[in-house]
Parts: sequence; C-alpha cells; structure tokens
Amino acid sequence: MIKDPSARIAYKQAWGDYFLFRIESPSVAGGAKPGQFLMVRVSDRVDPLLRRPMSIHARDSNSLEIFFQIVGQGTSLLAQKKEGDELDILGPLGKGFDWDAAINGKFVYLVGGGRGIAPLYFLAQELRTAGARVKVLYGGKSLPDLPLKKKFEKAGLDIACSTNDGTFGFRGFVTALLQKDINKQSPAALFVCGPDPMMKKTGEIAAREKIPAQFSLESMMGCGFGACWGCVKRIRTGDNGTWRKICEDGPVFSGDEIIWEKEG
Amino acid sequence: MVDLSVDLGFLKLRNPVLAASGTFGYGLEFEPFLDLNAIGGIVVKGLYFGPREGNPPPRLVETPSGLINAIGLQGVGVEQFAKETLPRLRKYQTAIFVNVCGASDEEYVKVIDYLNDQKGVSAFELNISCPNVKKNGFCPALDPRSTLSLVKLAKQASRLPIIAKLSPNVTDIVEIAKAAEEGGADGISLINTILAMAVDIETQRPKLANIFGGLSGPAIKPIALRMVYQVASAVKIPVIGMGGIMTGADALEFLIVGAKAVEVGTANFVDPASTLRIVREIEGFCRTKGHDNIADLIGTLKL
Repeated sequence: MIKDPSARIAYKQAWGDYFLFRIESPSVAGGAKPGQFLMVRVSDRVDPLLRRPMSIHARDSNSLEIFFQIVGQGTSLLAQKKEGDELDILGPLGKGFDWDAAINGKFVYLVGGGRGIAPLYFLAQELRTAGARVKVLYGGKSLPDLPLKKKFEKAGLDIACSTNDGTFGFRGFVTALLQKDINKQSPAALFVCGPDPMMKKTGEIAAREKIPAQFSLESMMGCGFGACWGCVKRIRTGDNGTWRKICEDGPVFSGDEIIWEKEG
Repeated sequence: MVDLSVDLGFLKLRNPVLAASGTFGYGLEFEPFLDLNAIGGIVVKGLYFGPREGNPPPRLVETPSGLINAIGLQGVGVEQFAKETLPRLRKYQTAIFVNVCGASDEEYVKVIDYLNDQKGVSAFELNISCPNVKKNGFCPALDPRSTLSLVKLAKQASRLPIIAKLSPNVTDIVEIAKAAEEGGADGISLINTILAMAVDIETQRPKLANIFGGLSGPAIKPIALRMVYQVASAVKIPVIGMGGIMTGADALEFLIVGAKAVEVGTANFVDPASTLRIVREIEGFCRTKGHDNIADLIGTLKL
C-alpha cells in the first residue's frame, strides 16, 4: 500500500456518465491484484474532503485503470480531470478475489452489474491466465450502460449482455440471464460485482445451486485502509455476525460469509 | 535547527503533533505511510475493557468540508490490544496515549487497572465525550459534576497521567474544563466531535443508522479553536487542541491560542501521512520566521 501523490492520467475515455482513466503509477501498479482498489483524491481542496474508492479495472507494470460512473460530487470532479493531469492515489488496497490452481480448466462466470463490471476485466484476464474458462455476464439498465462490452470482446473474452429495457442482449436482469445460463451449464465458481440487490439475488442463486461465489462489495469509505472503521458490513462468524471492514477485510467476501441486508 | 519539543509537565513530547484517537487505528495501520517515531505521539483508538461491536452502518456521511461519523467505538478491547498491538508499538519512541472508554464508571477503572501495568503507555486520554454510544449523544462530559467525579475516579485508579477529552456539545466549555481540572486531570484535550446529523431527502431518512453522529474535519476548526482558546485561558493544566487540523498553519493557530500540543484527526483519512507533514510544516514556519523554539509560540495570541 503506497501513496503516490503524482500519478499521471495517461489516457481518458468517456461514455456519457461512465469514464475510464489509465493512470501511470509504477509504484502502485506493481503488486496490484484483481479485486483490490485505490483511494483516489478527487480534489486538492477540503470539499469534498474524502478520497473515493475505485476498483482496479486493469493494470500493467507501469499503470492502472479505473472505470467509474458519476454518482455524486466527488466522481463528478474526478470526471473533469484531463489526460496529463496528476492524480493523488493510494493503493493497492484490500484483499482481492481468490482462487487456487484447481481453477485450471474449470468453467467460471463473472457477473457484473452496471459500474460493478469495473474489477471484473482485470479478474477475467488473470483467471484466463490461470487456465479457467471464463464467461462474463454484463448487465445494465440500457445499452448505454454497457460501455465496456467491446473492450471485453476485443480482449477475446466470452461475454453475454443483458439490459433491463431490452435495448441489447437478454431482456431483464443479469441475474435472470445468470440463472438461464446456469441451467445450461453450472460453473465451478461465480465472481460478482454490482448493485446490492443484484448481488443479493446472485447470492441466493449461488447458495441454491451450491456454487462457490465471491462478491466485491461497494461502500463509502473514510480512509480505505482500516483506520476509521466506517465501511463495515455484517459478516458471518459461526452462527453470528460481526461488523467487518469492507476496506481491509474485503472488499471481496465469499457468499457464505455475507449476511445480506433486507431491502428498504 | 528548530527545537520542536514541548513539555506537557507530566511528559515531554519530541514535537507537538499527536494523532487523534479514532482516526489512527491502533497506530500500526499507519506504518506503511510514515515513520511513527517522527511524530509527537499517538492516541490509540478508544478501548473498552472487552471487544465492542459498534453501531450498524451507514456509519459515515461526508458533509461540506467535514465528516459525520457514528462508528460507536467498535474495537478490540484491552486484552487483545495489550497482547497484540502494544508489544509492536513499544519499539517506537513515540508517546502512546490510550483513549479510555467505559459504559460505566467501573469499566473506566477496569480499563485503567488493566493498562496501568502494561509497559509502553505514556498517559490515558479519558474519553468522556464520545457522542455515538448513548442515546441523543449523551456522555459524561456534558455535565460538570459527572466530569469531575469520573476524572477523580480515574485519577485515583491511575498510575499514569490522565487527560480528560472534552465535548464541544455544552453551553459553557470553561465550566467543564474547570471541573476536569478540579477532579485532578493532568491535562485536557478538546474538542471531540460536534453532535450532528444529515438527511436523505429522497428517502426522508437520516443518512446515519445512528441518526446522530459526530462532525469532524475543517468545518469544525473555527469552533474548536474558540473553545481551545477559552479553555487554555482558564485552566492551569496543559491543553491539547484538536478539531479540523489539516495543515501546519491550522496547528499553529491552536498553539498560538494556548494549546501545548495538537491532535490531528480526520486529516489522517485523506492523507495518511498528515501528522508528519504537519510537523514539517510547523518546522518550516518556525525556520522562516526565525523561531528557534516552538514553545516560544505557544499562547502568544496578541489582543
């Protein structure tokens, strides 16, 4: 975990509310693993005060990519940055996705909803290198919410899409697409990131179908490295649950440890 | 060479910058970011006797230039702290203050009793001012009588100096500070967070599960400074100032109004090396202004 106050935005791409930055930072990029994240300073002023957590979308030895959506003041300021601008980043943070050598030759699904697709590109690459047969399911409200579809295709990854309004791919939630695909071929593992209701539903499917599943959780964070205890989630320990930190103990947890909240 | 050391009477610090409780974990979390020996001290996260669960999320909400938290003092308890953390903190020369919590008078004493015998603790900061553990932000530091009696009790139990950490959520901060002094406190630290709330207009629900939380960050600095000035002018024991300090300049304001040292809190989340940066900024200011000794600046407000 390194603070690089002068990482440089080498490339920026925008699709409506969605943005991708490639950030040059050899010191942070080096050891990053799929599922880990960065804390990004969006302004050098005190308002907004806190850094914003961003999944690592891709990396090479010199640089990292983040993919984000404007959801408020912080991400809006971040989106205004330009190629060549310096960015103060902290990372890589948290524990990433986990798999062992037995994944070689196995069939796995990566399920992403909306901006939750962010960590799954990096993961797909690494899982493929580990010999897994990767299929990506990418869901959004509408076609403009699937800006990364082409990127996955270009990387030669098997990808199927869903839109709630039917403007592209399967019509309906990505969880319904998942259920349909599982009925055809059950995967050895699921790796999931998306909105809470989508992850909860995926968790239910995984539990019912007895498929090991890992979820990358999203939370507002104070610090990102375990000092503030602000980003907790109820995690099972034995019969009970305790508040565990998403930033330090996660952000990736396995489906059987997560106690999903009731909605509303 | 600027002499940054300050004397709290009961303890000499290498410089006046401490990390504030609740924002610096148990200290070790910050090893990757700075040399812990280079700061004046660390006030570790509040400890109850046993582990504590804390409040349900959402626990944080960001507000203009500020942060409202309602963590509820989730933590490991004294035993785990003494066994796992303290041995690793001992290798540092930095002063370690333990922020002492209790759900009852007895629990404060139990925590102090346990830690009295542990090597490596320089002082206790008595947390009588957390707004997030009782209904409506209630805490002992809201009342001069309970402040006095709790400080007295802690002082009797303790072999180490006691610093009473005060709440800003009172009508007259000086009255509370004097009560802490009368109770035998060796020092006073202030301010804890300001009781606050935020509402989601879409759902019409509070943004924090706890409804209320404590506001910190630059938004509260002017209030903190005013209170530190009032208290430092009214008591004889040393005062440690805090509230929204982000820079060396912020810290210097507190020293000029009479704080002997400062604690840096929320800034640690934004820039984990804030404490060290602030030490350097204070040093830079002294060098530029020709002050050989930071102590010469303390309490020099000109009226």
